[in-house]
Amino acid sequence: MAEFKTNPEIVKPENLVYKRTEMLTPATMHYCPGCGHGTTHRIIMEVIEEMGVAADTVGIAPVGCSVLAYDYMNIDMQEAAHGRAPALATAVKRLMPEKFVFTYQGDGDLAAIGTAETIHACNRGENITIIFVNNGIYGMTGGQMAPTTLENMKASTCPYGRDIATMGSPLKITELIAQLPGTMYVTRQAVHTPAAVRSTKKAIRKAFENQKLKKGLSFVEVVSNCNSGWKMTPRQANEWMVQNMFPYFPLGDIKVNE
Amino acid sequence: MKELRLMKGNEAFAEAAIRAGADGYFGYPITPQSEVMEYLMAQKTEERTGMVTLQAESEIAAINMVYGGACCGKRVLTSSSSPGISLKQEGISYIAGAELPCVILNCVRGGPGLGTIQPSQSDYFQSTKGGGHGDYRLIVLAPASVQEMADFASLGFDLAFKYRNPVLILADGAIGQVMEKVELQPQQPRLTMDEIKKNTPWATVGRANGRERNFVTSLDLDSLRMEKHNHDLQAKYRQIEENEMRYEALQCDDADYIFVAYGTSSRLCQKAIQLAREEGIKVGLLRPITLFPFPKKPLEDLSKRVKGMLVVELSMGQMIEDVRLSVHDKIKVEHFGRAGGMIPSPHDIVDALKKQIIGG
Amino acid sequence: MAKIKGEIVVDTERCKGCEVCIPACPVSVIVMAAGVNRKGYHYAMPSTDACIGCASCAIVCPDGAITVYKKKFTE
Repeated sequence: MAEFKTNPEIVKPENLVYKRTEMLTPATMHYCPGCGHGTTHRIIMEVIEEMGVAADTVGIAPVGCSVLAYDYMNIDMQEAAHGRAPALATAVKRLMPEKFVFTYQGDGDLAAIGTAETIHACNRGENITIIFVNNGIYGMTGGQMAPTTLENMKASTCPYGRDIATMGSPLKITELIAQLPGTMYVTRQAVHTPAAVRSTKKAIRKAFENQKLKKGLSFVEVVSNCNSGWKMTPRQANEWMVQNMFPYFPLGDIKVNE
Repeated sequence: MKELRLMKGNEAFAEAAIRAGADGYFGYPITPQSEVMEYLMAQKTEERTGMVTLQAESEIAAINMVYGGACCGKRVLTSSSSPGISLKQEGISYIAGAELPCVILNCVRGGPGLGTIQPSQSDYFQSTKGGGHGDYRLIVLAPASVQEMADFASLGFDLAFKYRNPVLILADGAIGQVMEKVELQPQQPRLTMDEIKKNTPWATVGRANGRERNFVTSLDLDSLRMEKHNHDLQAKYRQIEENEMRYEALQCDDADYIFVAYGTSSRLCQKAIQLAREEGIKVGLLRPITLFPFPKKPLEDLSKRVKGMLVVELSMGQMIEDVRLSVHDKIKVEHFGRAGGMIPSPHDIVDALKKQIIGG
Repeated sequence: MAKIKGEIVVDTERCKGCEVCIPACPVSVIVMAAGVNRKGYHYAMPSTDACIGCASCAIVCPDGAITVYKKKFTE
């Protein structure tokens, strides 16, 4: 099949519609092909670029697949111990209230070891944004069961499928923290289709803008795929996610306080 | 103009931290040091100097708040007691690995486990040999009075920023709870953003006017680079050993025997010296003020002209290992101490000197 | 009648061949190249000139490997 010839008429700077944001560093992201982490990173940095707040934003990376987020996000970043990003963010925001502060965390980080930090940062109503990528598995360490692993879903530490009787149900941490008065905006999004990405970007933009209102914490969950952990191709994983993750983790705004 | 007050050790430490221009305190209640946070809250530090005082949901959260604040080049501190300090060890290792400045107070209580709430010195190993993972050292200051609790708050910040290293203040329940006269420094202004950008250009305060992004991490998956980082850390610790070793020698010049003791134990030894000398036993005290860097040389020098050393610790004997290492077994070195929160009397110490060193 | 024509340029070294852009394209322009990049991934590429420059592919690309252009042609 012949390589398609680009039309020089169209490919000109003045005709540019979309390009990779400079707010991402030139580094190639280490994420597996088709992983939602890359998309989510990109959206956050596009929001920061559009708001023009790169000079006033401090991001906090977790331990997990996105532990190297600071290699990709071209802003000042801190590397938190596993599960502790909300604590770091609490201190940064209280010490520098005029800065935009966000944490970027996975499900193991936020809903297992970091549960207390998550709940208490939300309960204190810290004026920060938490971006929570939920792919139902521990990706970086090779696909172990996570707090959000679905019933009967296989992972390396539940090779016969998650057994509710012994390991409990997948944890709906987002619905949990939405109950806390300290959270002002809680939403669950995805990044597997253009429409979903646009919606997530709007949500993240809103979550950042909320920080100016000083009315509490904004929490954006992004349900995402884990191709290596789920042992599927990216497109299969996205379809599986729609069939299996979305029914248990329904998308949409859960709480919106103006 | 310095101010004279009568205060509890924990409160003097808190007040001195405010006056040293602290930006943030993150703590959690645990006996015998809860007064630090209680005092700071009562002082409404946010109004007084703009200093943030926050009670976290756990000691783990608190030390990670310290980490976050330290990444921003701010003067941040926390305080806790033994079990709480154990919870903080991972965070402290991260802070040491990422080379961040901060001050941590440990009001040691009897252990192990939930232990007791009475004073102890059984966290020596944890404090000086690194309680967390990896090759790292804390600068460890051991106050023996309420005055030193106050002085070491500001000294702690100075050393922490000078070396970009966590500083541990190793007190005990007695030092924290006892009330004594204390001279307080005048209020020092908190750091401005410009000072932070100048003094700590690595701080994550927002990537202004096009500078390269700053990121603070203790992670490096490249082993060769990680090894180099370890060598750099060790070089720093050698520098700290060279420049920051502090100790006090009392009546050692004519001494035949030496007590080696820090904190509360050293106060008991001062009385024991008087009692022993009344019986004609010439004994002196070498009091380490920094436990890291440990006063090896002074001990080695003393070992050349004394017959024996009694290491007095409120524990089953931990610092004694460092004393023995310092004197290379040339003379008799024995441990005496009580544990579980028990405190020996000066008489007990004199008896121990006679039995274990002189009579032995 | 004016006609919008688009064009995408794929950074073939950054593309990891995840194919997530393929179902995203409303006019099914994108296919995987027969060739592979330095990492051995088949990279995405346009196969026809039906592209309308909507950028759906770029928006969903996890690696930001696609740049999109669009031009109005008056016929």
